[in-house]
Formats: sequence, structure tokens, C-alpha cells
Amino acid sequence: MCLSVPARIVSVDGEMADVSVGGAIFRAGLQMVENVRVGDYVLLHAGFAIEKLNEEDALETLRLLKEMDDAMTE
Amino acid sequence: MKYVDEFREKKLIMNLADQIKRSATGEYTFMEVCGGHTAAIHRFGIPSLLPPGIKLISGPGCPVCVTAVDYIDRLIALSFTRGVAVATFGDLMRVPGTVSSLSEARAGGADIRVVLSAYEALEIAWSHHDLNVVFPAIGFETTAPGTAVTVLKAASEGTENFFVLNAHKVMPPAMEEIIRGGTHIDGFICPGHVSVITGSSAFEFIPRNYSLACVITGFEPTDILSAILMLIRQISDNNPRVEIQYNRAVTPAGNVKAQEFMNEVFEPCDAEWRGLGVINSGGLTLREKFVNFDAGASFNIEVPHHEPDPVCICGEILRGVSRPDECVLFATACMPVHPVGACMVSDEGACNAFFKYHVHE
Ligand code: SF4
Repeated sequence: MCLSVPARIVSVDGEMADVSVGGAIFRAGLQMVENVRVGDYVLLHAGFAIEKLNEEDALETLRLLKEMDDAMTE
Repeated sequence: MKYVDEFREKKLIMNLADQIKRSATGEYTFMEVCGGHTAAIHRFGIPSLLPPGIKLISGPGCPVCVTAVDYIDRLIALSFTRGVAVATFGDLMRVPGTVSSLSEARAGGADIRVVLSAYEALEIAWSHHDLNVVFPAIGFETTAPGTAVTVLKAASEGTENFFVLNAHKVMPPAMEEIIRGGTHIDGFICPGHVSVITGSSAFEFIPRNYSLACVITGFEPTDILSAILMLIRQISDNNPRVEIQYNRAVTPAGNVKAQEFMNEVFEPCDAEWRGLGVINSGGLTLREKFVNFDAGASFNIEVPHHEPDPVCICGEILRGVSRPDECVLFATACMPVHPVGACMVSDEGACNAFFKYHVHE
């Protein structure tokens, strides 16, 4: 239950949203996050969106991993 | 960007494993204190990718596992109280109490329903005015803000038939307790989703006071391996600090809005952790203002104190001093289908994760 999973916002209705986790739809309270829009990814935990995921930082993490990989295989 | 597959690319995993092998020059013991990490580490076979000198041990990161037996007994007593329905997370259903579990109580006629969130429990109260609905509030900083939002909603709607039996806990004091208890640890894989709420600042005292390495990481294989590599580098540079690997979700300050909800509804209190005993400021209690929502204060549910089964070594496992397969009941009397201790119940329990991914190999 301490698990939190990335979920995509599919619709917003006031403080609640429908979110998709790999196609399965769940409800999520949006009280703890600001400025979320349809298409954004949030972390879903026990029925609440606890944070919006930061795409720039995610891409940066992946870029560093790939760079390290390239350096090794050169 | 789906935030999942990208972080599971085999080539990146193998490269990280390789870098770890090159960087590891000695023996290391790293503790993860998040049940989600325990589950992920076993699921992705992380130990098999590491050189033999690196040992990963699990800490008290499974909310179900650290819940005291008396708490389960009180919930069961509540569930048999006339006019009361318990609306709980599914994970609690099979946790053994002294006499039975919630799922056995339900088979015996108690009104127990499974919900996915505290809010859903509140909605049951709204649609059943004749019922007093009790939500068992367990979990760490990740879960407590959701309970807080729900209590605030119940208060603003003037709901009178919704209650929480609160056992929320906070992680940093438990980590300190483990360090002080003398478990040998070289570094912490800090809890990813607790940190989403608290921020990395909550763990700064660990390198400062105890000179231990800390990395906050995510739950995919490249996250966990990156964290291990970062821990090794902190140690070889002799520069222990709190690093955030999981920066797509975690910031130094954390989710301030969630912290505000939590602080409005709860205040710190001493709390009993299974295996660790009573920890100073290790839990949260409802503030006086919200006492009407406290099931403990609203119903008379005193139960006799019971110690957990003495053969079950969950307590030692939660402190990282024993491994699940060192328990004599492991995979014999105690299995996921008939758990003896709480560590065998939920996916995040160390015994459960160990059983699922090692016993059938
Ligand atoms: S195997 Fe079962 S009895 Fe043994 S420590 Fe784990 S949960 Fe307790």
C-alpha cells in the first residue's frame, strides 16, 4: 500500500481526476498538486496524486544513464 | 515518456551493474527502508546483479509490518461493534491479530469493506447515514496527507459518522533508532515516496550526525542500481550526504502543500513500531480539534495487550539483523497463503518478497 505508481491524467472534475495506470482507470484526489492538466503524469498513492512528475528531470536522468553507457561501450 | 519502461532498459541495467562491479572495492551493507524498494529489489533480481561484497538488507518500511498486534485486535473488536463498518486498505485484511485477521472476522459476520483510499471510506459514510464508518489509517508520510485531506473534508461537510483509527508513522525517527540500535549499515537507500512528501531535507541529520551515505531513489531497476553506485561513490570519496537520484519526483523541500495538510490535522507523538518498540516522535496523532473523528476516543475498544508470536522474528527482520530465511517458520508454517507474521502478508513485507522471488526459483 505504500506503493505509488505513475498515472496519466485522463480527465479532471474539480478536485478529483480520473487517471490511467497502463489503461486501468482509477480516481485520484488532486488536493496536494497544483496546475495539473489532462495528459500530465502524477504519482498515484492510495487514491491521491501526491506529486506531478517532472518530465525534464526524467529525461535528464535517462540522458545521463545513456551517456554513461556510451562512454563504456566506446 | 511513460515513466516506467524507459527506466527498465536492459542495456542500461547491465552497464550500471558493470560500473558497480568496477567501483566496489570492499564490503558494503545498504539498507532500504521502503517496502516498495524491498518489493522492487526482489522483483527485478537486483541482488543477482551485484558483486558478493554488497549486501542489501530491508528495514521497517512496510506499514503493515510495523503495525502493532494490539492495533489489529482493536480493529477487529471495532468491526464486531453494532452499527460499525470498517473500511480498510486490502493489505490489512490478512494480517494476523491475536485471535484472527480482519478477513476471518469478515467471514464471521463483521462488516468490513475494502477501499482504495481514505476518501472512498468517507464516501461510504456519506451514503450510509445509519453506519459509523471507521478507516484504519496506517502508513507513513506518503499516506498521512491523504488521511488529512479526508478528515478536513469530513469536517467541512459536518460528517458525524466517519472516524479514523489512526496509526500513522513517520520514517526518520525509526531510521535513527535503527542506527542507534547498532545494526551495521554503510548507507541508506532512502524511501522514495516518503521523500516525495518530506523532501530530502528530512534525512540530512543522517550524514551530519552519523556520517552515513544516503541516496533517495525511485523504484525502477536503473534507479535502484544508480543509487547503489552513488552510495559506493559517496563512501569511496568519504563524503556522506543526501543525494537525490529520484529527481523526477523528489525535491529538497518536498510537497509543501501535502505537509501543510498533514500538520493541520496531525501532531507528532510517540508510537509503537512492531520490532522496534516505542519510538520518540515516531508517529502522528490527530490534533485535539479533530478528536470527534478519532475512533479510539469515540468507541470503547480496549483490548488486552498481546505480544506477537515469539517464534516469528519479524522484529529482527525489521531492524535488518536477520534475513527471512533465518526464521524457522519461513516457507514451512509461514507462507503468503497462511502468514504467521505481518512481514509475510503484504507485497512490501521482506518475508513475502523473499518467498515470492526466491523459494520457487
Ligand atoms: S517467516 Fe513468517 S514467522 Fe518468520 S519472521 Fe517472517 S513473517 Fe515472521
